[in-house]
Amino acid sequence: MEGADLAGKILSTWLTLVLGLILLPSAFGVSLGISEIYMKILVKTLEWATIRIEKGAPKESVLKNSASVGIIQRDESPMEKGLSGLRGRDFELSDVFYFSKKGLEAIVEDEVTQRFSSEELVSWNLLTRTNINFQYISPRLTMVWVLGVIVRYCVLLPLRVTLAFIGIGLLVIGTTLVGQLPDSSFKNRLSELVHLTCCRICVRSLSGTIHYHNKQYRPQKGGICVANHTSPIDVLILTTDGCYAMVGQVHGGLMGIIQRAMVKACPHVWFERSEMKDRHLVTKRLKEHIADKKKLPILIFPEGTCINNTSVMMFKKGSFEIGGTIHPVAIKYNPQFGDAFWNSSKYNMVSYLLRIMTSWAIVCDVWYMPPMTREEGEDAVQFANRVKSAIAIQGGLTELPWDGGLKRAKVKDTFKEEQQKNYSKMIVGNGSLNS
Amino acid sequence: MGSRSSHAAGIPDVDSIRRDTGFSQACLLRLHHRFRTLDRNNKGYLSRIDLQQIGALAVNPLGDRIIDSFFPDGSHRVDFSGFARVLAHFRPIEEEDTGIRDPKQPEPLNSRMNKLRFAFRLYDLDGDGRISRQEMLQVLRLMVGVQVTEEQLESIADRTVQEADEDGDGAVSFLEFAKSLEKMNIEQKMSIRILK
Repeated sequence: MEGADLAGKILSTWLTLVLGLILLPSAFGVSLGISEIYMKILVKTLEWATIRIEKGAPKESVLKNSASVGIIQRDESPMEKGLSGLRGRDFELSDVFYFSKKGLEAIVEDEVTQRFSSEELVSWNLLTRTNINFQYISPRLTMVWVLGVIVRYCVLLPLRVTLAFIGIGLLVIGTTLVGQLPDSSFKNRLSELVHLTCCRICVRSLSGTIHYHNKQYRPQKGGICVANHTSPIDVLILTTDGCYAMVGQVHGGLMGIIQRAMVKACPHVWFERSEMKDRHLVTKRLKEHIADKKKLPILIFPEGTCINNTSVMMFKKGSFEIGGTIHPVAIKYNPQFGDAFWNSSKYNMVSYLLRIMTSWAIVCDVWYMPPMTREEGEDAVQFANRVKSAIAIQGGLTELPWDGGLKRAKVKDTFKEEQQKNYSKMIVGNGSLNS
Repeated sequence: MGSRSSHAAGIPDVDSIRRDTGFSQACLLRLHHRFRTLDRNNKGYLSRIDLQQIGALAVNPLGDRIIDSFFPDGSHRVDFSGFARVLAHFRPIEEEDTGIRDPKQPEPLNSRMNKLRFAFRLYDLDGDGRISRQEMLQVLRLMVGVQVTEEQLESIADRTVQEADEDGDGAVSFLEFAKSLEKMNIEQKMSIRILK
């Protein structure tokens, strides 16, 4: 009896604290400053840890000053320079060396595959999962790490899970209730309020700190918002600052429930899996949506897949064929506090969420950019590349021409033909064929 | 909860791999990390498809031949030890390798001869120890695709085989191959330096 009483008391105090300190301020968009204090302490601790590691490690091993420097010493000279040997340019038996070296280099490290694994950190942030080559330094550091583990798993994790449940629950209930009302501007305002509040709660459940830049360019109604994709959390981050109409496939399970509830309150565009294959149908529905100027801007991730936030890959042209104004947005996470990248081949959604909730925090910058439209004589692919470059420059990401879908499909033969053409020009184009 | 740190203990046979390949512990950890990244379904081995997914390798004109070199004798799987052994051919030659070697130990995988053998195997499609004119033609065709006519390719193949062939049997053996490349700086052209 006593035990059950005690447990009940603890639970109710816990819930009251959560309600008072977190939920109510979220509803009003006000911050109590607790997160800021947490972040300051965190930054100081990590700085201290970095200094300890640098002092403790021998000088030679502290050489990488940029985490995205490759692990191979590369000779990036073009094919002509790499192939020319002692003699003039006919086919040589030794030509095979150049190609085999390039091939093996690609096997050890290639531009694309490394974008699908989490970015390596320059200095350790006290999480085991990012510890690739850091070694044991000192007992004090280990103690801080143990303290960190306790704080993350025993204090932060339960808090975050509670908030997440409350947030999602409120979203489903709230949107279902709002959906009962007849269509009117009051309904729209109410659904916005519900969306914003629940998103803020969910962001707090991840200890998210988001900086929005250039708010004057926030996407307007009737436009299309385009952003680089790192994880499902991107959606959460963008909707905390404004409401969007989402586009995507209908899922089953928990996601399906959330999707069905959300669409009652405001018109999102959900497709069945079979409908996604039909590009014309998709384009038609999206065109209808943006033609209605009262509808919320559509949110699209043209890469089509999650990339690890160090680069931007090929933007699929489908979103850029619809017409309308494109509002680009660049999202850059700070990997020091937590890795937001979702490696869908390694982790399923639940283990991914658990990883996120046991990181220190999610810190990111969101840059809104001036709207862009397709110019005269520009086709969809060129327009897509233009937008991609703009986002890459703004977010400080590298730009890659490869298709993110490469992780699932094979590369097109046209790229190989280019290489073959280059090589043929060299051995035949010079005309010096002695018979 | 996802503690993915690669410890040497996670690599099977790490000591024998280290002996045979000559890679340092840190290099082996990196390669093992890479092996696991390429192994998409966590099978514990790599199949041809895993290597074909690498974009930069798939556009390499000799991509298929290179992939074949990982699967000798018609096998369809390569485990980490096989993977490391192929990559060991490209390890740069360090000073300690060129010192006096115990003749009873097998030649290190990254010796000049072994690098040449690797290149030879790229040409020698059927693995019989000789590059016939037909094999030369086929490999050339891989490298140029559809860009060159059959006559031009045949004359290139004929010329190359004739220049290297010394005993006149119409095919290039490994020793003839090595002799024709004796002036080439193989060590630099077939080495990949892995930074820490």
